[in-house]
Amino acid sequence: MIEIDAITKCYDGQPAVDAVSMTVESGTITAIVGTSGSGKTTLLRMINRLVEPSSGEVRINGQSTREEKPHLLRRRIGYAIQGHGLFPHQTVARNIGTVPRLLGWSKDKVRERVDELLRLFSMEPEEFRDRYPAELSGGQQQRVGVARALASRPDLLLMDEPFGALDPIIRTRAQEDLRQIQQKLGSTIMLVTHDMEEAIRLGDRVAVMDGGKLVQYGTPAEIIAEPASDFVAHMVGDVERPLRLLSLLPLGDLVEEGEAEGEPLPAEASLREALSACLWNGKQAVPVERDGKVVGRVTLDAIRARAGHHG
Amino acid sequence: MSIRTAGRGLSPPGLLFAMLGAAALALPFMTLSPNRIVSGQGVAAWAVAAPGIALPGLAAVLAGLVLGLAAAYPKLRLAGALAGLAGLLWLLSQGAAALLDGAGEYARVSPAAGFWCLGLVLMLQVADAMATLRPGPGLRALLLAAFLAVLAAILWSGLLSDLSVMVEYASRARAFRDATLRHLGLAFGSLAAAGVIGFPLGILCHRQATLRGATLPVLSFLQTIPSLAMFGLMIPILGWVGATFPAARAVGIAGIGFAPAFLALVLYSLLPVVANTVAGLASTPPAALEAARGMGMTAGQRLWQVELPLGLPVILAGLRIVLVQNVGLAVIAGLIGGGGYGTFVFQGLNQTATDLILLGALPTVLLALVAAIVMDILVELARRTPETTP
Amino acid sequence: MKWGAILRLVLVLLLLALVLRPGWFTPVFAPLAPAGGPVIYQRSSLLSLSLSHLGLVAAASGAATLIAVTLAVLVTRPAGTAFRPLSRTITNMGQTFPPVAVLALAVPALGFGAGPTLVALFLYGLLPIFENAMTALSTLPPATIEAARGIGLNRWQRLTRVELPLAFPVILAGIRLSVVIALGTATIGSTVAARTLGEVIIAGLLTNNTAFVLQGGLIVGLFAVLIYDALSQLESRVSRRLGR
Repeated sequence: MIEIDAITKCYDGQPAVDAVSMTVESGTITAIVGTSGSGKTTLLRMINRLVEPSSGEVRINGQSTREEKPHLLRRRIGYAIQGHGLFPHQTVARNIGTVPRLLGWSKDKVRERVDELLRLFSMEPEEFRDRYPAELSGGQQQRVGVARALASRPDLLLMDEPFGALDPIIRTRAQEDLRQIQQKLGSTIMLVTHDMEEAIRLGDRVAVMDGGKLVQYGTPAEIIAEPASDFVAHMVGDVERPLRLLSLLPLGDLVEEGEAEGEPLPAEASLREALSACLWNGKQAVPVERDGKVVGRVTLDAIRARAGHHG
Repeated sequence: MSIRTAGRGLSPPGLLFAMLGAAALALPFMTLSPNRIVSGQGVAAWAVAAPGIALPGLAAVLAGLVLGLAAAYPKLRLAGALAGLAGLLWLLSQGAAALLDGAGEYARVSPAAGFWCLGLVLMLQVADAMATLRPGPGLRALLLAAFLAVLAAILWSGLLSDLSVMVEYASRARAFRDATLRHLGLAFGSLAAAGVIGFPLGILCHRQATLRGATLPVLSFLQTIPSLAMFGLMIPILGWVGATFPAARAVGIAGIGFAPAFLALVLYSLLPVVANTVAGLASTPPAALEAARGMGMTAGQRLWQVELPLGLPVILAGLRIVLVQNVGLAVIAGLIGGGGYGTFVFQGLNQTATDLILLGALPTVLLALVAAIVMDILVELARRTPETTP
Repeated sequence: MKWGAILRLVLVLLLLALVLRPGWFTPVFAPLAPAGGPVIYQRSSLLSLSLSHLGLVAAASGAATLIAVTLAVLVTRPAGTAFRPLSRTITNMGQTFPPVAVLALAVPALGFGAGPTLVALFLYGLLPIFENAMTALSTLPPATIEAARGIGLNRWQRLTRVELPLAFPVILAGIRLSVVIALGTATIGSTVAARTLGEVIIAGLLTNNTAFVLQGGLIVGLFAVLIYDALSQLESRVSRRLGR
């Protein structure tokens, strides 16, 4: 559990981060989202003390981060940044092994861990171990960057716009990969992004920052359905709010008895996909299947009612 | 840049070399003078020896120039240039013996404008072919070693000992050896001293913007002072130090000789060392540095594991500048009694003895060239890892 | 900035005084002169030596600029491509030739006096200017060149109105480097009997007269520093206008 307690950073008397408090559960992804200058990156960098807080403190599993030397603290917190920050003069294996080497792991243990991580990120160790960063594609570089951050099995992984430098298609894949790997490893991740869509897609919880203050902290559904302020509503995108909400809700919730024509959708699919299917086929309803069996339908009217529920 | 863009058929640089080479053949190839000081009589390349001896040499030179025309075959152009150079060497050694035969006890023969121009043209042909072939650093090192070995063998064999400059050398072999040691001592010693002072200073300047802002302008100011003035100004300063502090005098610090020359060279060397150290350390991608800090590397670990390895090529490039510059500037030491090849150059200028000038100037040029090539190879080796991230 | 301007003015005044009224400095240099020896160099006027020195540098650098820029333009045209690798090797290796050695080697070919000095200064000055001009002309922003073609400028117009003006600051940096080297090398030219300020220093070295050495050294040093500074100023002004 990460507890952030009234943490503040002032530059020349101006607060860049103003008394932010939040608690992050272990094994979850928390997305900190905000415009540039909102203080989101400063907040993240105070957690591993790349920026020293002016006041307040951070506790990781109950222990204050101030009790440890900053560089020792950072070695047990993973850190991945935009543009990956790989060392251009070192091979992929050396890059990934950086923190384990700093921690004094044996050579064999480092090598084993590197291969394990490469496989986890679907990169064949034999093929990639001895390459240099310049010889990788953008997506591969980004994966190596995340693998490097995870190398020492850190308590917490901090990511600053980790997908910022990727083009849209690769970015979506990278986001899915991160989700999967996080679920597999059960890691705790805090990531900073300016992209609300990314925050909603990845975060178990979303923290919205504005002007150095934490303006809302909640689940994606809460953020979309009940924005705490006009700013949050604007960040979510007023026009697209219904669609964003629908994309978070599974079909299963609205299944009703009845027949419908067309290709059935699985119950885990989102209402947004169902809406899309209805509009595309020009039908009033779409069949829903569970374990390969059609169990009912979802009507356009029901979707409309659900989307407008909060309007 | 590749062979293909240069086109098939005739190489334009080769054509230029052939024309320049042909023109150079019309110049006097060697000079025969009755003694060391008097200026002599020019002799054309075909007249330096009996036709049976001169013609093969001439043929090799001409063939070399003609082979240089083949744009598509850089190896052939290289071979041609080497054949041409061998031809020049043949003409020079055979011509010297033939011309001296019966010319009197004090007669001197020396290469003249024609020889130098042809040599230059053929060396350019070598350079042009090499620029197309782009040999790797290992091969370049090998070629340099081979070239130096051949040069040493030629000088050792006495093939050229009839030449005036070699006669000059023979009468000063000991002084020449001392001058060589002194010259090397000045050039490399000042490089080492500048490194000992400059690297830490460069690292400090990299860390502290205020120190950088104060240091670099002062160092570039020093670099601007003309060398003769700098060497001259060291004399009163060190003279004063030597006169005031007996301890300093005891270790040889005085207004004249090695010390002022050494100090002047060190002062000139500081700017390239410090500026390139700063630039090299600053060339680390900011994201890599941020990641290094974020992963818990200490300042020392960041310096040794990230910044220095990444900055090494730039830092070495600074050392190349210093070494080449110091080899050249060390000549000035000859004017203030600091020794080195400059002693011969300035003695030669004083006595209008061309051979003595050459005895000082040619090794200096060779030393500077070798230093540059070796340092270029080192810089390239340091750059070996792919350093640019797309 | 303000301090810089004051310092510059002080240095200019000091230089003018040293050249035009050397007598004023007799008390300063007297302790350095050998007992009973002359304190101030009087064998020829410092003004005429300065003018001759600067004249040599100006002539050599002017000619070097003209030839170097012309060559760089030729080499960067499509027809000159074949000469580009060679040009790079020549600039790279040529600049390793020590200026003093070039000067000394010019003597056997050209004899003593201003001639060899001028030739050595010219030859040595070519390389930095050529290198910078070649780099500048071959690394211009492609979009600008494309735009120049697009609006219908012909090759000559593109060269004179777009390429050379854009390359000017970098060429100027080459000229600055070349001029500073020339100022220093010209000093050594007095060892081959060219009339330059080096004469004063050499005279001091030969007669163990430190006053001469300091006098000559100061004047040459001040000239070099002030000219370097003036050219740097010009350079940054030009590049600021180009928005770099």
